[in-house]
Amino acid sequence: MWVDLIVIGVKLAFGLVVLLTTVPIMVWVERRGSALIQDRLGPNRVGPLGLFQPIVDVVKLLAKEVITPAGVRPLLYILAPAIAVIVALSTFIAIPIGKDSGLELFGHAVNGFIVAPDLNIGLLYVFAIASFGVYPLLLAGWSSDNKYALLGGVRASAQAISYEIAMIIAIVGVLMSSGTLRLQQIVDAQSGVWMGFLPHWNVFSQPIGALIFMVAVFAETNRLPFDLPEADAELVAGYHTEYSSIRFAAFYMSEYLHMTVAASLVTVLFLGGWNLPWIDIPFEGWAGALLSMGVFGIKVATLLWFFVWVRWTLPRFRYDQLMALGWKVMVPLAVLNFLWVGVAMALGYM
Amino acid sequence: MDHYVPILIFTLIAVSVPIIILMIAKVVRFGSYDPVKAEPYECGIEATSFALDTRFSIRYYLIAVLFVVFDVETIFLFPWAVVFDELALFGFIEMMVFLAILLVGYLYAWRRGALEWA
Amino acid sequence: MTVSDPETTAQAQLADLLPEPEKLGIEVGPDGIVEITADRSRVIEVLRTLRDRPELDCNLLLDICGVDYPDRDKRFEVVYHLTSLGADHRFRVKVPVAEDDPNVPTAYGIWKAADWFEREAWDLFGIRFDGHPNLRRILTHEAFQGHALRKDYDPEQRWILTEAETMVPEWATEIVENGGDFETQILNLGPSHPATHGTIRTVVRLDGEVITRAECEIGYLHRCFEKMSETHGWNEIIPYTDRLNYCSSMINGVGYALGVEQMLDIEAPPRAQAVRLILSEFSRIMDHAVCLGANLVDLGALTNFWYFFQPREEIYSLLESCAGGRLTVSYTRIGGLAHDVPADFEERVRFLLGYIPKFIDDVDKLITGNRIFRDRTEGIGALSAEEAVAWGWTGPCLRACGVPYDLRRVRPYLGYENYEFDVPVATTGDCYARYLVRLEEMRQSLRIIEQAIDRVPDGPVITDNHHVALPPKSKVYSEMEALIWHFKLIYDGIKVPAGACYSATEGANGELGYYLVSDGTGHPYRIKVRPPCFAIFQAYPHMLEGHLLADAIAILGSLNIIAGELDR
Repeated sequence: MWVDLIVIGVKLAFGLVVLLTTVPIMVWVERRGSALIQDRLGPNRVGPLGLFQPIVDVVKLLAKEVITPAGVRPLLYILAPAIAVIVALSTFIAIPIGKDSGLELFGHAVNGFIVAPDLNIGLLYVFAIASFGVYPLLLAGWSSDNKYALLGGVRASAQAISYEIAMIIAIVGVLMSSGTLRLQQIVDAQSGVWMGFLPHWNVFSQPIGALIFMVAVFAETNRLPFDLPEADAELVAGYHTEYSSIRFAAFYMSEYLHMTVAASLVTVLFLGGWNLPWIDIPFEGWAGALLSMGVFGIKVATLLWFFVWVRWTLPRFRYDQLMALGWKVMVPLAVLNFLWVGVAMALGYM
Repeated sequence: MDHYVPILIFTLIAVSVPIIILMIAKVVRFGSYDPVKAEPYECGIEATSFALDTRFSIRYYLIAVLFVVFDVETIFLFPWAVVFDELALFGFIEMMVFLAILLVGYLYAWRRGALEWA
Repeated sequence: MTVSDPETTAQAQLADLLPEPEKLGIEVGPDGIVEITADRSRVIEVLRTLRDRPELDCNLLLDICGVDYPDRDKRFEVVYHLTSLGADHRFRVKVPVAEDDPNVPTAYGIWKAADWFEREAWDLFGIRFDGHPNLRRILTHEAFQGHALRKDYDPEQRWILTEAETMVPEWATEIVENGGDFETQILNLGPSHPATHGTIRTVVRLDGEVITRAECEIGYLHRCFEKMSETHGWNEIIPYTDRLNYCSSMINGVGYALGVEQMLDIEAPPRAQAVRLILSEFSRIMDHAVCLGANLVDLGALTNFWYFFQPREEIYSLLESCAGGRLTVSYTRIGGLAHDVPADFEERVRFLLGYIPKFIDDVDKLITGNRIFRDRTEGIGALSAEEAVAWGWTGPCLRACGVPYDLRRVRPYLGYENYEFDVPVATTGDCYARYLVRLEEMRQSLRIIEQAIDRVPDGPVITDNHHVALPPKSKVYSEMEALIWHFKLIYDGIKVPAGACYSATEGANGELGYYLVSDGTGHPYRIKVRPPCFAIFQAYPHMLEGHLLADAIAILGSLNIIAGELDR
């Protein structure tokens, strides 16, 4: 029993550390990456290559004055950034980040590099928690007593729920082909080769689904070109207009946590998790486990860079265009995707 | 229930993280109170009305209602998809019928302009 | 500029087409523009005829301004400047108004462009325009007392406004009080808003995301530059002109100097002309770069901003090497330039000619075909050519509506007639068209510079007319006569002969007009600037109705509003 808890504790600590370190790294990548794209230098004063810039950023945000505007609803106003962080952290728990072929820690089975290994509703859990992600935006927007925040908040919620539908329908195809809700098994189902020459990743067998999921992920994480809840040009800062100091930092942090979780999900669902293309490695032992984590990490990192790249390349949608895209294009396409999976499976192609 | 113990622990940790972070803000308190600072931001103008008194367009609610309808129905797809292999053709056709009904509602919403914004 | 000039004679004859010309005072002004003095009872009839007679065809109202002559029987004079886009002739209509009854019928029914110009004349002179739909103060605050440009207004009184009511449009309070329209919301865009690029306020009424009504409040940057000018010497005004359109300060100075030179009947030496032209075109590129870059930032495409600001920095370095200043250069002088360009001027210009196109092409590739950008801008803020002319639009915004009107082509100055360049025109008049026109104009400016840099002649950069320009320092120290000229010029300033002149140049935003009135002393009697974006921006609230909130930002950016010249 105690050993059980220790193993869980180690895994929890590991997961938390991995997740929380991605935030400063992503902040640095975003700032240096945007500078690279925009022909600038970016932060280069604190530490080598400005690597310690995120730490200084945190100190700066902590040192800022906390201003609570007079008209806010205090409880909800404080609750909103807290929920944002809780939700962003909680989703990560069900995501496997490496292959475990019967490893042991302190004479006890590790049960996979996932904090909650025996969760038979893995994917459902992830989406159930992720759906909470709309509350902080709505609460922040509503409780701030600010018109821009209010508009940003309602925009955020309408956008999040609209793209959630397309996202969920897009996943149905993955569930059909893998036949399970457990994310480890979904990854395992993507090993090997499909149609004789392509890796058996869902991105190849279900390209439309992968595309829709990817676009929906951009919308769910409020990244450009879908950053309408913030839309700094028209709504000043959207739902977090009235947030300052560490409370703003909480929103800022949750955005990057969401990105990391989203990138991990895309990797698990569509990019074959830790599977290497064409090469079948059994990932035996601790070395194999580390290797699988490395492969997984590289895929996630590539996706995160893609997030940054897109953000600094594309202009922003307009609100009606965003909703039209979500409801009129993405939903029908998502349905088309799972029809394709159904037909392909019935005909034995998948 | 054992399976959910890690989730419980992690959730407790997840809850404590923002609490700790926000508590730091309580301890490290800079600046001073000023009634002008506490005014809601409206581009440097005194707000003409309180944001919470104004109402916003019904269209936002409409989207929420549509979401409830479609999201609940798409959740039905999940268990079906997991056992899709076993249900085979019959299950597929059955789902197609279900989707056809959903499609009618979708097209109705589209035609009535529930998906229009401008 | 004499009356015997065949062109002006022909124009004067055109004025005879007006109803009962014998009762109007028709003469040719010192700048060759035909002046028609009409009584206020007849002014609407005259203006309407000027617009509607096909031979006259004055479809564009350039400017309305007031001038104050306290000694005259009828103290004020309302001056209208008109031009014909097709026939290229200009008229100036003057209406004398008495102080005790300062009313003139509004021209708003003829040109919508009269809207803000008349409000400005009311604000600064206290001239009432009967029938104007919204005759409120525009550049100063509602609570301001007095009319600042009247000669008897004492600027020393230091009027400080501490408690000011916020301007709330009538239609906004109606809703708040009655609670009638359930789903509408009043929202302020500005004065301190990320997308206003300066301090401008727009109040909008939102139904969901759709704007149903809008109104603008400007004047946050008003410094009454025109009043300040009246106490300064002619050359001392040039730094003030830099602060009009601060994105292309060189063009303002050149336009102003050209006007004064016309009144003095002198010309700057050819070398000065060529340098002025090159730097003006570089300024145009910078101005368009700022406009497009900022517009794209508002649309969320942040990266292009840096692609445009990189060459802008380099152009600033060129300006710095010539003038010493970067943003506000104060390089122009009446009769030429402050000093000669540096020895490596040509080298620097040639470097820029090779350097800039890459950045324009980068943005072109990244944005022009981008689906999201096109969806956001095509058909947004579209204005037909007729509407644009009615609002008094000029410059890239008018050309985006399909009117190929460019003063560099139509009324060439600085020798623009000697260079080959195209006047880019689009047809749709929307934000996308304005983007395309500006982008192409940057390339055309480079083309002009490319030809001009080959032809920069040697010689002095300032006229040797000692009534206008200081003699060289070496002569001042060695020659008695030069010392006297130096002394006289410093002591008296430039004496511009009495008269009036309207000088127009193609600013980055459109026609930049200076209406200069001199009474023969060392100071201007009255300077009126016709800022191009003043006319453009007055159409803005009307363009918003029916558009979405995000479109308001896209339109604002595409109009290129520079608060410095808008508020003066």
